[in-house]
Amino acid sequence: MLSRVAERVYWQARYLERAENMARLLNVFSTLLLDLPPRTKLGWHSLVEITGTDEAFDAKYKQALERNVIRFLLSDNNGYSVLDMLALTRENARTTREIMPMEAFEQINNLYFFAKENLANGVARGPRHELLEKIIASCQQISGLMAGSMSRGAAYSFVRLGRSLERADMTTRIVDVGSGNLLPALSGADVLPEVNEPYENTLWMNILRSQSAYQMYRQNVKHRVNAEDVVKFLLQDEEFPRAVTHALVTLTKVLGKLPNNTKVSKQVEKTLRIVRQGKIDQLLDRGLLPYIDRLQLEIAMIHQEIAKTWFLPNK
Amino acid sequence: MRVNWKNYNPGNFYDEMISTPGYARQPSRRLASHLKSLTHEELLQKKLAAELAIKTMGISFTVYSDAGNIDREWPFDIIPRIIAEKEWNSTSLGLQQRLRALNCFIHDIYNEQKIFKDKIIPKELILNSSNFRKECMGIKPRFDVWAHICGTDLIKDGSGEFCVLEDNLRVPSGVSYMLENRRVTKRIFPELFEDDYNIRPITEYPDQLFDTLAAISPRPSDYPEVAVLTPGVFNSAYFEHSYLAQRMGAELVEGSDLIVEKDKVFMKTIDGLSQVDVIYRRIDDLFLDPSVFNKDSVLGVSGLFKAWVKGNVALANAPGAGVADDKIIYTYVPQFIKYYLGEDPILPNVPSFLCIDKLQRQYVLQNLDKLVVKPANESGGYGMLIGPQASKKELAEFARRIKADPRNYMAQPLISLSTVPVLCDRTVEPRHVDLRPFVLQADKSYVTAGGLTRVAMVKGSYIVNSSQGGGSKDTWIVGDN
Repeated sequence: MLSRVAERVYWQARYLERAENMARLLNVFSTLLLDLPPRTKLGWHSLVEITGTDEAFDAKYKQALERNVIRFLLSDNNGYSVLDMLALTRENARTTREIMPMEAFEQINNLYFFAKENLANGVARGPRHELLEKIIASCQQISGLMAGSMSRGAAYSFVRLGRSLERADMTTRIVDVGSGNLLPALSGADVLPEVNEPYENTLWMNILRSQSAYQMYRQNVKHRVNAEDVVKFLLQDEEFPRAVTHALVTLTKVLGKLPNNTKVSKQVEKTLRIVRQGKIDQLLDRGLLPYIDRLQLEIAMIHQEIAKTWFLPNK
Repeated sequence: MRVNWKNYNPGNFYDEMISTPGYARQPSRRLASHLKSLTHEELLQKKLAAELAIKTMGISFTVYSDAGNIDREWPFDIIPRIIAEKEWNSTSLGLQQRLRALNCFIHDIYNEQKIFKDKIIPKELILNSSNFRKECMGIKPRFDVWAHICGTDLIKDGSGEFCVLEDNLRVPSGVSYMLENRRVTKRIFPELFEDDYNIRPITEYPDQLFDTLAAISPRPSDYPEVAVLTPGVFNSAYFEHSYLAQRMGAELVEGSDLIVEKDKVFMKTIDGLSQVDVIYRRIDDLFLDPSVFNKDSVLGVSGLFKAWVKGNVALANAPGAGVADDKIIYTYVPQFIKYYLGEDPILPNVPSFLCIDKLQRQYVLQNLDKLVVKPANESGGYGMLIGPQASKKELAEFARRIKADPRNYMAQPLISLSTVPVLCDRTVEPRHVDLRPFVLQADKSYVTAGGLTRVAMVKGSYIVNSSQGGGSKDTWIVGDN
């Protein structure tokens, strides 16, 4: 398989996964809004911080109002929005048409046109949920189509690499939602913990739901929804497909099918160790942020090793 | 809008479907009555379905414009064009005959040059051609074939007979649109495929192309490594490049994906370097290899030409094949057929006048306002003069150009191109068409069943090129039911 094509296939899968996860993030935030006490203000700015787009956002918008943040992450042309992720997915798919299943390209193409025509409407709360659900479902449909029609050769391996790595990264960001300064009004020292509690639960429950993880959590974790168990589940569960550990284990399996994988495998093993050994209870007490940052850095290193090994033209 | 054939009037032109208002020619009769039976809504629905299918399938081409390159959806008319199988069979023989003769000619001028010695064509005419590559002298490609893929433009004249307008031997495009047009038509007129017509399938083309390419591989093996070399995603035919690579299961490569070592060509893959046997190149000769041709080319691969000369990689079409893709050489093709094959041409040329010949040039200059003047080496319909539609200023300008460089021009009478019905906003109207079948040659030869029908979508226009507002149609070769 050509290095250039491998790179495009990998990015196509990453962008598709990122579009889906971005839609999921926007959905949690929007749903969360409805469950919080009327006077609570959501920290919308944290959404652009979590996605690492705060600089670009601040350059364009003065205030982190809901409609600004949503527009920025949903339909603006800025290289970060769901719409742009889908455009990039399409562009990469268009330039790898010769090896991807034809139907996959058709679906990606359709999804892009749908997004282009409709996503701007999602700035309004009314149609937003339905639109995001449709985006999420379509992304999953495309992933399913590739799973059902691609031979398990190099091309599909790069799809899985891209998807799993992006998923690991985005799941750490979604965990960030829960641990960050999302609820400024509720996190002040003058608020009694027992007042806070129902909303904390709501928050974590929504986070689980955003990852379609609520049911699986319920079946596998016998405790009620609480910060520690949810974070453990999303970061360390071996069996749940959107959990970071599971995504990294998938990577190790895929890597076994690719040539010259030693360096990449080492980096994945290292990242896996850090995830598995994280003491979540202690981390939550001290603040999860530095740990999540570290994880994101290690994940970025995995990408760099992948690029060095397979994408950079040999000689 | 309901189709009423009585209101359909092609005027003095030969219409391929309707002979006189209200009456369809034999092979088109069932199509004509089927169209008539559809309501306005049904017709509109089919048109929309076609547009949607084209958008979904991502069938597009690129238009270069000042505002940047735009990826446009492929313009398509839903009414298929019908050609009787019997007529097509002899046309197809004529096309194969023509390509065989052209290949003999190309091989001859790069080797023995018998044709000059026998004074069939003046030597200077060839050696001065901008598509003649002196670097190719003495090379003997497999089967002595230089042009493996040819797109021949056919038109029907006022009497409804096919004749050859030009031979495209460099990097002819359009075959993917031919294939996609059929896919779209199957989606919108399944009823006609089922019962009414016995339509020759065209889906085998990518397999035939692969076989042709595999046959010229220098490394005999069951699975030659075939690659399609594209200039990249910004090229107007990128859709086709990726489409053909996909359908053949070949690698789609750009110049930067390839490297030449020890006169062998390799692709850069995730496993390291992997040798390439056959390259179906979709970039022009001059950009193929910066070490031999255009030094500034970033599209090509340094050392590629030498690898080909040494016989370590096959190139289709071979460098230098374009020498026969010249509108002046075109006028000699009937003579080539007689000279090399000892046969009579099955397909006629359009009558042509050579400006390099004094008498013919005089005639051309005196009758510019009645003729179509073409430069020798332009493609895509650029640089042409259509006399009857030109202004005084344009006529004067062309007279000047012809006198300055007669070798570079030829002229043809304005052929009354045939028409076919096209679905317009409110009605069905006649529009001019041509046909580009694709001809393959290696160890054996092959012609597509039909080809790409291009339509001049503007009323009265003769310009069918997609780069200049042309559209297309599905083309049916129809046998007896």
